[in-house]
Amino acid sequence: MTYELTGANRREILTSVTAAGLTLSFAVAPKAAAQDAGVKALNAYVRVAPDGVVTITAKNPEIGQGIKTSLPMMIAEELDVDWKNVRIVQADSDPKLYGRQFAGGSMATPLHWDELRRVGAVARLMLINAAAQAWNCPAGECSTAGGAVIHKTSGRSRSYGSLALLCADIAAPDPKSVTLKDPKAYKIIGKATPQYDVAKIVTGQPLFGIDVKRPGMLYATYEKAPVYGAKVASADLDAAKAVKGVRKAFVVDGDPNGLTPQGAIGVGLLPGVAVVGDSWWAARKGRDKLSTKWADHPTSQQSSKGFAARAKELAAGTPQKTQRNDGDVTGALQGAAKTVEAAYAYPFLAHSPLEPMNCTAEFKDGKLEIWAPTQNPDPGRQLCARTLGIKPEDITIHMTRCGGGFGRRLGNDYMVEAAWIAREAGAPVKLLWTREDDVQHSFYRPGGFHFFKGGVDAGGNVVAWHDHFVTFGDEKAAAASAGMGPTEFPSRFVPNFRHDVSFMALGAPTGPMRAPGSNALAFVHQSFIDELAHAAGADPLAFQIKLLGDKPTVGEAPSIYNAGRMVGVLKAVGEMSSWGKVKLAKGEGMGVACYYSHMGYFAEVCHVAVSPGGEVKVKKMWVAADVGRQIVNPAGAMNQVQGATIEGLSHALHQEITFAGGRAEQSNFTDYPLLRINEAPPVEVKFVITDYPPTGLGEPALPPALPALTNAIFAATGKRIRSLPVRPEMLKA
Amino acid sequence: MPFTLNVNGKALTADVDGDTPLLWTLRDALGIVGPKYGCGVAACGACTVHVDGQPMRSCQIPTETVGAAKITTIEGMAAHPIGKKVQAAWMELDVAQCGYCQPGQIMSATALLAKTPKPTDAQIDEAMSGNLCRCATYTRIRAGIKRASGQKEA
Repeated sequence: MTYELTGANRREILTSVTAAGLTLSFAVAPKAAAQDAGVKALNAYVRVAPDGVVTITAKNPEIGQGIKTSLPMMIAEELDVDWKNVRIVQADSDPKLYGRQFAGGSMATPLHWDELRRVGAVARLMLINAAAQAWNCPAGECSTAGGAVIHKTSGRSRSYGSLALLCADIAAPDPKSVTLKDPKAYKIIGKATPQYDVAKIVTGQPLFGIDVKRPGMLYATYEKAPVYGAKVASADLDAAKAVKGVRKAFVVDGDPNGLTPQGAIGVGLLPGVAVVGDSWWAARKGRDKLSTKWADHPTSQQSSKGFAARAKELAAGTPQKTQRNDGDVTGALQGAAKTVEAAYAYPFLAHSPLEPMNCTAEFKDGKLEIWAPTQNPDPGRQLCARTLGIKPEDITIHMTRCGGGFGRRLGNDYMVEAAWIAREAGAPVKLLWTREDDVQHSFYRPGGFHFFKGGVDAGGNVVAWHDHFVTFGDEKAAAASAGMGPTEFPSRFVPNFRHDVSFMALGAPTGPMRAPGSNALAFVHQSFIDELAHAAGADPLAFQIKLLGDKPTVGEAPSIYNAGRMVGVLKAVGEMSSWGKVKLAKGEGMGVACYYSHMGYFAEVCHVAVSPGGEVKVKKMWVAADVGRQIVNPAGAMNQVQGATIEGLSHALHQEITFAGGRAEQSNFTDYPLLRINEAPPVEVKFVITDYPPTGLGEPALPPALPALTNAIFAATGKRIRSLPVRPEMLKA
Repeated sequence: MPFTLNVNGKALTADVDGDTPLLWTLRDALGIVGPKYGCGVAACGACTVHVDGQPMRSCQIPTETVGAAKITTIEGMAAHPIGKKVQAAWMELDVAQCGYCQPGQIMSATALLAKTPKPTDAQIDEAMSGNLCRCATYTRIRAGIKRASGQKEA
């Protein structure tokens, strides 16, 4: 597989000496900025202090994916310094200097792997050139090690700290011209490195958005309608204000420009009632006195039961759209040796990161300063500017550590709420949502319905595949993260293949959640493939490999599917789990599934035991992962894969948001449970190394976990799970 | 009204309403932010502190009921012989992802080891299943407890 980094990521290297004159900035700025005459606020990734301490800027939001550690590792490696001498600082949101700063799509590693190593290599070369100039020797005779430049023939060496100042006169080399290290020489990349903030995490130091405190800060809570977008009909503001410690209570009409259109990430400023107090507890108590009534809303009749019934009707009728139609599906189904028909469904999900949405905002002299746990700061700035009618350049955003993201913090609804409330309150305000606010005001992972027909021939080949997908949105556009691409596997691997799509209108907002699309599509597709394998009387793992065929790749970038890499991880996970060789007790089974998402090829095997009462116990998961030639930080990488795999099991076994009366029926971890440690199996992980550029790990381990589990349940019980979450009553003997 | 609490061995005074949950007295009035808010209904364990050595959900304890009880938070764990070991194991194994739940996890793990120095997997499950980790770092939490208790991790 090949892909090119976009032009926006090409950088020109600039240098500057800091005001103190003691540290040197190896700065990187976009070409356009470099051409401005007055470039001064440079994007300094690297600073070298006289004592040899190297400070590296982490550009992207940290949400637990470990990026604050792994991106600086790339720079430090090529700079050739000791990791113990590296300090990391979190960048503010500054797209002119850093380009896009976001946590999403498992994109940070593929987007920065080349660029940030070159940042380090350029800095190293400048230090070499400075030393060579001082020694009056050819730079080619110099080498580096452990934060020093060495001239072997004369036995001289100088620390980076002592050379930093001299770099002011050294021209920065073209990043494309620098030679990068042979991976065999890596001392930092590829070494298990604990997260930079680990000591602060385990000692409870303030790190997160919820921990921010400003002088004179007030605390706010914000009540919104349970039906998305409904306006306030009445609220007893006086009752709220009568509570001790409440300073203000006021109605917010919502975004004067209207809500974010369907299909965009996140929502705008929703109507609601703000209560501001001296403490969050006082504000909350005030909120309890509001007795808010909400205006009628056109979507207040929607329900999950209604969606399911409507999906069935739509599936029986003519599809609204056919997005792919290869060969002759009808004819192939008629000619198939075996056919299978099955209807699948999956529910809405809320992201619910453990740190509830919060943001601190301070509005002063027409300027807004924000401290936010956000995955996507600049769109938050644009939203605040638009809603408050101020200039984006008058908004400063400090990115705090995020207590989980999972896509929820890609939308910045809580940021614009905090900004609006802070302006109204005339004081710095920390807005904190309750957990109930979070579960009822997610932009949900959309539910969906798939009506499959498939056929296999006498030789065990899949010859026909028909999916009528009933989803949300309309024919012009699916709701956010509710679509399915025309290259969804196994399209292109089945000669007669048809994707029909029908849509239902939806009031609640939807959006990307960890492995968007894939987190639902893997379950249905990989389950139905398993159904076809059993119909063909084939071993499910062998059937998957056969389906992938013998062509190494199918399609063109960016929709290329590397079948060879998928076969590689399937074979690996088969070996790891001793597939087909394990003698299983009664009520136990093993299932396999694979899935390609976010540039990663993953195959997983689940070993499950199902009790006669239908209780599911996952005994073990095996994961084979191909994300290319280099794992940047094995400590974080393993954690991501294990966590994502267990999260997938949590989706499958527990999580479901249902709607009734247009509102989410769940409100907290009591009725929206997550998997706990007593249900978490061991997860054995193997990274299959292949000669492709390194790609990300935030997401791709999650999708195949669900069908590996449900396929294992079928192997154990003969019962096919076609809707989630799995309930014991589905499996009672 | 002012309440004087014994937190991490120090007498600290907070002027709050008596019904204010200990969590918010610690966080907003006293600036002790290690205990985290996650659910407010004792369903996630992020707010876990020790009350006279017992792990408790501070979101459920009205400040007026604390009295002279000894409150220990994650900030006090460095001075706790077992807590210190648990923190060290957490660092060595790089247990955390986002890290938000980990103060609560460490408080529960420390209380477990104080009572049961060599816990079995079943005892770990029982003591730790009140603490959610949304990032699902459960395999490493288990390994961290094993390491802190000097047992084999796998």
